[in-house]
Amino acid sequence: MGKVSASLFRTWLPFMIVALFLVVILPLLNVLPDEGAWYRVSNFSLNLFGKFLAYAILALGLDLIWGYTGILSLGHGVFFGLGAYCMGMHLALSIGTEGVYRSNLPDFMVWNRVTELPLFWKPFYSFGFTLLAVFLVPMLFATIFGFFAFRSRIRGVYFSIITQALALSAWLTFNRNSLNLGGTNGLTDFKTLLGFPLQNPGTKRGLYIITAICLLGAYLLCRWIVRSRLGRMLIAIRDGENRVRFLGYSPAEFKLFVFVLSAGLAGLAGALYVPQVGIITPGAIGVLPSIEMVVWVAVGGRGTLVGAALGAVVVNWMRSFLTTHYPDFWLYFLGGLFIAVVLLFPDGIIGSLRQLHRNYLRERSFFKRKQAALAVNP
Amino acid sequence: MATIPAGRKKKQKHGIACRWAFIWGLGLLLILIPNGLGGWLQRVEGAEGELTSKMATGGSAPGAEISQEIAALASQDAATLEAAVLALGKRNDLQLLPLFIALREGGLYVWKSADGGSQIVIGGEILTQGETKIVPLFSAYGKQPLLDAKGQILQVPLTELKEIQANRNLRKIIKPFIDDLTNRLSLFSPDSSTRRASAIKLGQMGDPASIPLLTEALAAESDRWNRYAIEAAIQLIKLTDADPTVRRTAARRLGELGVEEAIPGLQKLQDTTPDGSGGDPDPTVREAAGQAIKKIENWAIFTRVVETLFRGISLSSILLLMALGLAIVFGLMGVINMAHGELMMLGAYATYVMQQWFVNSLPASLFNYYFLLALPFSFVVASGMGLLLERCLIRFLYGRPLETLLATWGVSLILQQAVRQIFGAANVSVVSPNWLSGGIQILVGVYLPYNRLFIIGLAVVCVIITYAVLFRSNIGLKIRAVTQNRSMSSCLGIATRKIDAWTFGFGAGMAGLAGCALSQIGNVGPDLGQTYVVDSFMVVVTGGVGKLAGSILAALGIGSLNKIFEPSLGSVFSKVAILILVILLLQAKPSGLFALKGRSIEN
Repeated sequence: MGKVSASLFRTWLPFMIVALFLVVILPLLNVLPDEGAWYRVSNFSLNLFGKFLAYAILALGLDLIWGYTGILSLGHGVFFGLGAYCMGMHLALSIGTEGVYRSNLPDFMVWNRVTELPLFWKPFYSFGFTLLAVFLVPMLFATIFGFFAFRSRIRGVYFSIITQALALSAWLTFNRNSLNLGGTNGLTDFKTLLGFPLQNPGTKRGLYIITAICLLGAYLLCRWIVRSRLGRMLIAIRDGENRVRFLGYSPAEFKLFVFVLSAGLAGLAGALYVPQVGIITPGAIGVLPSIEMVVWVAVGGRGTLVGAALGAVVVNWMRSFLTTHYPDFWLYFLGGLFIAVVLLFPDGIIGSLRQLHRNYLRERSFFKRKQAALAVNP
Repeated sequence: MATIPAGRKKKQKHGIACRWAFIWGLGLLLILIPNGLGGWLQRVEGAEGELTSKMATGGSAPGAEISQEIAALASQDAATLEAAVLALGKRNDLQLLPLFIALREGGLYVWKSADGGSQIVIGGEILTQGETKIVPLFSAYGKQPLLDAKGQILQVPLTELKEIQANRNLRKIIKPFIDDLTNRLSLFSPDSSTRRASAIKLGQMGDPASIPLLTEALAAESDRWNRYAIEAAIQLIKLTDADPTVRRTAARRLGELGVEEAIPGLQKLQDTTPDGSGGDPDPTVREAAGQAIKKIENWAIFTRVVETLFRGISLSSILLLMALGLAIVFGLMGVINMAHGELMMLGAYATYVMQQWFVNSLPASLFNYYFLLALPFSFVVASGMGLLLERCLIRFLYGRPLETLLATWGVSLILQQAVRQIFGAANVSVVSPNWLSGGIQILVGVYLPYNRLFIIGLAVVCVIITYAVLFRSNIGLKIRAVTQNRSMSSCLGIATRKIDAWTFGFGAGMAGLAGCALSQIGNVGPDLGQTYVVDSFMVVVTGGVGKLAGSILAALGIGSLNKIFEPSLGSVFSKVAILILVILLLQAKPSGLFALKGRSIEN
């Protein structure tokens, strides 16, 4: 009994504390204290933090595929973008006739002389369909792409380059006006979500809480996967794919599964990102954003789920700080981060901390043994 | 197992590449043999006359008769004036153009000079000096400035001048003379492209009055393509002739010449109405027009095919240039260098720096040779950067391709930002030297720019150099040895680390050369590398690792397919289509077209 409670205590207590902090305490700090109190979380900060948590969901999926399965995907911006655009289309249709041109079409269509809503836009009037599409569109796309890629055993660097080309193609495609997704300017000027005005602090707080809950849920799902036998399989594929094959397993299915799952998480992240930021453009899904996502995971620590989420928050925090204060410096910093994380801190933040902890334990046990030996024959 | 003799094995290995090279070579030859196309290429027949300069040198004195006719312009009598103008107009003398213009627009004066003589002069811009208005004077014939005794330009008060007024009728008479002389001026201009443009313009205007002038120009023209343009213009005008025989021959000739601009005119002659009432009254003309249209359209299809082929080859050579460095580095060392695009960018900026240096510190006459120096300079700059990169970063990451990819991506971001801060975020302008601007026309409607031809040549030369370095030199032998078996090479006394650095430097230098070539055809800006790096990686992935032939074949395939898709799909979707094709190709050949065959399993 005591043992069970101890393990529960060990595994669930930190999670509970973090969950309490993210879901309850932060929003309360946003509501309760007076204006100007030092511990008050401003509306702006809470909204920004919500964006980071959305990125953290994506980082979890990316960690699953890169940190645990060893597949470096440089095209996750595409899946993020697909989810984001699905949500963006619903929001753009929710504007109704409130747009600049007072038309029931989104403004950019009026601008481009589109007279009728394209067929693929129509289902997005329904919020339920949009919720499904947010997951299904990226997952379906990932299934098709992944099926061909993994079936032919494209791996390692080849897979990375192909996914990077995918990100480039998607960026080029989404930039086109003929696609009827707003071209270079993307989708923006959203007003309401399910009737709640998006500019309202209350709505923003609600979106933040939903994002935090989704992140916790995604974390639990990923943790469950990596601690199951399936997770062992993924690590085995990372560490010796040929051996896995020789043992009679087929890595392709496992890889496809994890690729599609991480694409779904990316889509969810995109859908949570859009209402909080208020805009989605092709610029968020190109080659550079896609490879930046990889760095979040690397900075936090590959193969540690907490690290991935932490890395996403930390890197983006630094990003928003540096781009406002030292705009010229940000790219140097990001480039340096890429190099440093590969050369000097391959384990990332969490990995390095765990390494330190292990070293401490080893030292302690050594010290204890020495003490015991001294006690026996002084 | 029967042993195959080494020679035969080799032949088999190179068989596919040789076959492809042969097919492409054959295609090129077919394009480049100008007269081997069964009468498709029509030389413009006619006397090969040298261009006699119709432009009398300015300032020559007018003949006695002309002087008399000019003097007659001073008369008050309208009939005399008109006769004089008509007589002058018949002379077809370019020197009289300023006089006609002055007469029509105002500014032709009779000047009664202080010594009592009177002469016709052209007045310049009226200047105001205090109270008086002053006019600089020019001669009526040739508009040369008149000089006073001191050698200064003669300027007289407006009061000494009496303007010759041209009434409406006279202005009407003058207009055709002015037009004719202006056309003549451009048709016989010393500049070849002006001559051609003017011929094309006259053909479009379709004024039968300009036929004699064009015929005269045709006899004097020596440039083949200008002769073609003039002839096309003449026939275009003749399409509207009153005589059906003339119209018929004109239609046939236009068909033979393959003039695309003639299609609307020919369609007017052709019977297109369903009841057969439209078109030309003469049935033979209708038939001739129809045949001519068919001929022209066939010719247009053919030229489009040729142009697409050329564009494909030109794009392929660019891709190949970009991918060569990658193929060396990735193929031989297994290193993914994401900063490859930025090395190209450095090459392009090195070209720019060299150009600026020439502009700022060398005489202008030497400017056109800057590019010859920029080529080696860009190679040196990029390979220096490559060596630095290898020494400081990549040598710690051998055997960890994904980590190398991330680290070099970081390097690429830093390099981009550095260039942005040094040269500014805007594109810089790199001017092509004059021997790379312009182009050559090989067929009707097929125009090959010199810079593209140069890049094709450069790509071929670079492939040959790479081949020579790798397979025909001492260092190449060592490079291949290290690639195949590092530890054994090390045991045999090869400094493997040094070889790594040299290989990387060489690949980076190739990227610099590619950047130098790119500076001649596209924008040079901080994000030049980002634009091309994914494409060049696609080439290497498709071609397979460790074989130059694979990269060459992949570059040709991707380049030509891109240009074949482009007209129908647009540039974006053709890229997407190529990505899909590459993925499908990798289904069949997971490690590229030319994989190194071995029984070892890489892990």
